[in-house]
Amino acid sequence: MAKTKIKEAGNLFVSDIPHYDEGYNKEGNTIVRLVSNRRNKKPYQVTGIQDVAADNNWKAWIYLAPILVLIVVFLIYPLVNTIFISFLKDYNYVTGQSEGFTFENFGIVLGITPYNGVYETDFVEYAIPNTFILVFLTVPLTTLIALLISVALNSIKWFKNALQIVFFLPYVTNMIAVGMVFAVIFNTNGIINYLFDLGEKAWISGATRSVAFVPLITYIVWMGLPFKILIFLSGLQGIDKQYYQAAQIDSAPHSKVLWRITVPLMSPQILYILITSFIGAFKQYAAIVGLFNGPGTVGTKKNMYTIVYYIYDNLNTHTSFAAAAAVFLFAIILIFTAVQFQASKRRVHY
Amino acid sequence: MEQVKYNNFENESFNDDIVLSIGEKARTVEAIQRASNIRQVIGTVITYVLILFAALIVIFPFYWMIITSLKLNDEIQGSQQTFFPNIVMWTNYVYVFQTFDFTNYMINTIVVGIFSTIGTILTTIAAAFAFARLKFKGKDALFAIFLMTMMIPGEMMVISNYITVASFGWIGEGQTRVDAYLAMVMPFLVSVFYIYLLRQNFKQIPNELYLAAKVDGKSDWTFLWKVMVPLAAPTIITIVILKFMGTWNAYVWPNLITDTPEFRLISNGLRGSSFVDLQNRTQYGYQMAATVLVTVPLFLLFIFFRKYIMRGFGRAGIKG
Repeated sequence: MAKTKIKEAGNLFVSDIPHYDEGYNKEGNTIVRLVSNRRNKKPYQVTGIQDVAADNNWKAWIYLAPILVLIVVFLIYPLVNTIFISFLKDYNYVTGQSEGFTFENFGIVLGITPYNGVYETDFVEYAIPNTFILVFLTVPLTTLIALLISVALNSIKWFKNALQIVFFLPYVTNMIAVGMVFAVIFNTNGIINYLFDLGEKAWISGATRSVAFVPLITYIVWMGLPFKILIFLSGLQGIDKQYYQAAQIDSAPHSKVLWRITVPLMSPQILYILITSFIGAFKQYAAIVGLFNGPGTVGTKKNMYTIVYYIYDNLNTHTSFAAAAAVFLFAIILIFTAVQFQASKRRVHY
Repeated sequence: MEQVKYNNFENESFNDDIVLSIGEKARTVEAIQRASNIRQVIGTVITYVLILFAALIVIFPFYWMIITSLKLNDEIQGSQQTFFPNIVMWTNYVYVFQTFDFTNYMINTIVVGIFSTIGTILTTIAAAFAFARLKFKGKDALFAIFLMTMMIPGEMMVISNYITVASFGWIGEGQTRVDAYLAMVMPFLVSVFYIYLLRQNFKQIPNELYLAAKVDGKSDWTFLWKVMVPLAAPTIITIVILKFMGTWNAYVWPNLITDTPEFRLISNGLRGSSFVDLQNRTQYGYQMAATVLVTVPLFLLFIFFRKYIMRGFGRAGIKG
């Protein structure tokens, strides 16, 4: 039925161009198309259709223009400018003036050169060690816990979806808000002290630096789990079941299956998670603000400083120092990422 | 996982087959089967116990937040902690709405969220289209540069962006509401990650559709908006949600660039407000009620758009 209709339509219009049928014509390299027969339009031919992907298209730059302007103004220029400022002495962002070039900023920030006769110690004493402690404790801990939870989640049958949602919940929360909740949980009269019968132990305000790391790391791990679990689960679902069946026939123990099959096959996901979370962990800031409401636990001491906290704290007052600290952070992250890529070359199986 | 079957070979004839059998000493087939079943049951039980325990820990802060927000301050500070409030204090919420300027922060956040989301989506769609569909000189090199910028920590940019925004006159003395909004929206319209995500999606749209549109005499622009954008709608929705969540959680930048709390966003309002009574004691009930109010909208967003949020991330991690 449909066929005859097309034929009728064909008779109606294509008769004008007798040796062309509807559709693609090889000889003429043309496409002939029939138009609706309601309005008595003339049939038209479209020739020489070209894919825009076929040649150099200047229009692409119109589509790219807005993003390029934004990238140059808010990404490339600031990057260069920050490096520049880190070499300026006492840069004042309001007037845009400085007292010439210097390499001192890095020395001052790292506590090697004195500034106005005083050595700056907060950065070396607190910011760098704290940042590294957080990086090397939270990243492996979170990755391991997330891996175990996702392997367990992948192996169960009932409540799988519900549990998956529960484990994703920390992601859709406000970093500051939940930090405040953790502060209440770890309060001197809080539930942790009550449950473990610790009296009025200070975890947050008035706590020593090492004690204050307990709630901080708990919070960062809690916050970091959902994203990793999600990525690991999607990786686990892609593993061929045959590996596990083979392992079962060989009656390999569960731990061996996990470390010899699951982990190597998940290595691309693990690498992705490690790289993104190492970069993220170097930039801890909001967790500390949420939990401690400031850079320290005792008085005006800045014992909870991280590198990023230092940058934000000095942005207005000592812009040059903040810039130097930012360049320092950038260099560390670059080195770290490069090392990880190198190390992963042998260990990751694609 | 499929269960391994143990055959009772005595009952079978092996006339035609060659059979490899592995002997297990002093155990009948039934015993092996039973042991395997028991192991499996125990394994399942242990897995469930552990995972439910982990789930409990994950969900506990939320429970505690809600419970504390409904308690009287004496009960929160008391030596006897309770897992359900003795008196349910709905008035905590009334107090928060009256004193904590929730509506103002909410309006600021929504306005900034809407404008930065629209701006991001428009620029991202245009850029992703150029990278996915068009051909031009230096395309691969430019895309590589784009991807490399993802490695740069945002803190590198914050300092200079602060100076740039100040030179535009958007911050400092006499800052108006519009200035503050501009300063909060403009520097964050670029997200290379979203461009990458959308480009991958656009690339999957078959070439035939493009040729068909060309046959119909449609322009590239029409094709982009009538065909590509609707087909990539799930990814675009993901980007919209993530961007909006980002604004909701923004803390550092709004705090830096505004002088008065009036223009700040919800996270700043939450951390910046003091929830103290006349004796200068922190009223945790009020504080937690405010955190509940900040958290609930995100939860609602998650419940309605769970599929998009979770898929957006799942996809990001598929190829390491």
